[in-house]
Amino acid sequence: MAVNTEKNSYTVIFAVVMVVIVGTLLAFFASSLSGKIKENERLEKQQNILYAMGVNENEDEGSVNFVSTDKVASEFDKYIKEQLVIEGDQITENDEAYLIDLKKQETAAKAGNTRKLPLFIGEKDGEKYYIIPMRGKGLWDAIWGFVALDDTMTVQGVFFDHKGETPGLGANIKQRYFMDDFKGESILDGTEYAGIAVAKGNNDPTNEIKDDNEVDALAGATITGDGLSAMIKESVNLYKSYLETIRTNK
Amino acid sequence: MALLSKKDANLILDPLADNNPITIQVLGICSALAITAELKASIVMAVSVLFVMGVGNVVISLMRNIIPSKIRIIVQLVVVATLVIIVDQVLKAFAYELSKTLSVFVGLIITNCIIMGRFEAFALANGTWRSFLDGIGNAAGYGVILVIIGFFRELLGSGTLLGYKVLGDPIAKTGLYAIGYENNGFMLLSPMALIVVGLIIWVQRSRNKALIEEN
Repeated sequence: MAVNTEKNSYTVIFAVVMVVIVGTLLAFFASSLSGKIKENERLEKQQNILYAMGVNENEDEGSVNFVSTDKVASEFDKYIKEQLVIEGDQITENDEAYLIDLKKQETAAKAGNTRKLPLFIGEKDGEKYYIIPMRGKGLWDAIWGFVALDDTMTVQGVFFDHKGETPGLGANIKQRYFMDDFKGESILDGTEYAGIAVAKGNNDPTNEIKDDNEVDALAGATITGDGLSAMIKESVNLYKSYLETIRTNK
Repeated sequence: MALLSKKDANLILDPLADNNPITIQVLGICSALAITAELKASIVMAVSVLFVMGVGNVVISLMRNIIPSKIRIIVQLVVVATLVIIVDQVLKAFAYELSKTLSVFVGLIITNCIIMGRFEAFALANGTWRSFLDGIGNAAGYGVILVIIGFFRELLGSGTLLGYKVLGDPIAKTGLYAIGYENNGFMLLSPMALIVVGLIIWVQRSRNKALIEEN
């Protein structure tokens, strides 16, 4: 070709054309796929909430299997009886409470607004579950999850997930053996909402002791574990007054 | 008739052994240390890099005559980043579960020095088909080492392979654990990955003395 690729004008034109092409391409992909991606995220949230209250398709030991995506919407309607939004002293029902973005609420709270706190009440086999969404910081990025409590503030199930924790180390918070450890632990220490700490010096690796507010930590994932402990404690304390009424009125 | 000429075949075979990107060229070490605590993560990363390398080398090779040399590095970066983002978006829409497993790898692929290295050293100067073979070969060479490291780290560190407890249950004390075997927690940390890379380099060079550099 006869074009002189060393000329400044060529370089500038090339750069401009490249940016336009790449920009168009990415914008096209992003806008044509965003509907589907949003829908996937919505269903995933429903799966996660149901998983925390023990509605899942777990079969063998080690794996985590959610309710399949084609059934999750109807299962969600079946098991989740109420979705509440707690805003200061006001409690309202809202069928889309599960779509509330916790990160936005946290920013709003920092700016001095009242935080909207979503809470889900599930019912399975006559038992009531109070499911609290959580959000915190791991080592690299955000971690989040759901904890299902009964009316004595004993954990009936949890679900954790993360954005970018180290595979094989911090990422193991979403492994079955780790999440199953939380079942039966109390988030109360006396009357204080102490949460559940991920403890390294825990002398109870099989987790026989259920009233110590501790589960065994993951090797090599100290900061993710500490972040998780802080997340549980902060999240349950946000709901303290509501949980207190449930505990004392049971 | 052979599918590939000898010269073309070498483009794939060389990086697998005597010109391996990790053990010989010592590129791509960062991701080899970061994500190899599990075999599954190693495999996913290897496949992702294989895809990006293959397609990226072809794209760069097609554009090699029109890329201004002053901004070639930026152009290469834009190509990798675009490819990776498109793959990420498509996976999120059509294979949501898989995209969650890939989460951190996506960013790591863009920064993988092997990719930029091959664009710069090979695709800019060679034809499309040869560039494609070179990309596949180097990604495979990278992947093989990743899988080897992942295999040993997961086996010795957690006693599992792809999540299956192959050595027995460390808490219930079955299998090897019944006779007092313990997992080596140090295997899960990145320094041990570097030591495993070192051991692979040692084994490879003691088998092929020609690879030993003279000082």
